[in-house]
Amino acid sequence: MTKVKSLADLKKMQDQLRSNISLREKSEHPEGLVQVKVAMATCGIASGAKEVMEFMVGNLEKRNIEAVVTQTGCMGYCYAEPTIEVKLPGQDPVVYGYVDLKKADEIIEKYIKLGELVDGIIPVNYETID
Amino acid sequence: MKEIALHILDIAQNSISAGASCVDIEIMEAPDKDELIIVIEDNGRGMTREMVDRVSDPYYTSRTTRKVGMGIPLFKHNAEQAGGSLEIISEAGTGTRLTARFCRSHMDCPPIGDIAGVVSMLAGANPGLDFKYRHNIGKSEYVFDTKEVKEVLEEVPLSEPTVIRYMKEMIRENLADLSDTL
Repeated sequence: MTKVKSLADLKKMQDQLRSNISLREKSEHPEGLVQVKVAMATCGIASGAKEVMEFMVGNLEKRNIEAVVTQTGCMGYCYAEPTIEVKLPGQDPVVYGYVDLKKADEIIEKYIKLGELVDGIIPVNYETID
Repeated sequence: MKEIALHILDIAQNSISAGASCVDIEIMEAPDKDELIIVIEDNGRGMTREMVDRVSDPYYTSRTTRKVGMGIPLFKHNAEQAGGSLEIISEAGTGTRLTARFCRSHMDCPPIGDIAGVVSMLAGANPGLDFKYRHNIGKSEYVFDTKEVKEVLEEVPLSEPTVIRYMKEMIRENLADLSDTL
């Protein structure tokens, strides 16, 4: 593949990008996507959140999983950084702590693909304990 | 934080939380003056004078999720350790400008790191915002502006993983050329 170096090169890729997108729009609704949020505050960045984010963006694409990967701030679990929140369509979000690249791979293969919970969940939702 | 690029990623998050629509990132490397200057400027909500005075204090934060705010103190520490300084100019309602100076040849000056990765990640994760990144080495300059990228790509969003990859490649290739001019 030729390298993208200028805006003109990017323009040449546009048709391919467009077809990627229209394929997807036909097949799925946005709420049907897997949503991944990587905590990207000082604590997260210092412990490797950037690598985890790049891994998620790159590998979800490579493994043909339709997903949106975004950033979020610190959720208060600085001790367990990098943390990521994963929301499968129609389910409550789950927060994973101590996510290195190995863990990220496991989360994609087991939780995102098969729906099996993986070790390292930080329980967040104590919604009603009075 | 082992790389300057990571500090930039961190500080840019502050700009995003401050509601900025535009974030300018500037890296100026001046080998003849032995200087490395990083400027991050936004049009967010800015800070009052009192807040500016307090942000370098690690025990100050505007957050409610935790009691410490290490981003700016760590950046400042790294700059000062490398014979430099960190300065913040801000006005409530107009925005904030942060300038960090490093002595380029100082033993403790951190490497710039994966700035192409950081800029493309910021652009991809915040497609609603505009990022302008300008990098000077001596007299050569490279400018990357998400406004231009958006114009070229039209309806294709910057959050598209393939676009993020292309942006990263584009920045990396151009930076390699810049370094060659040294």
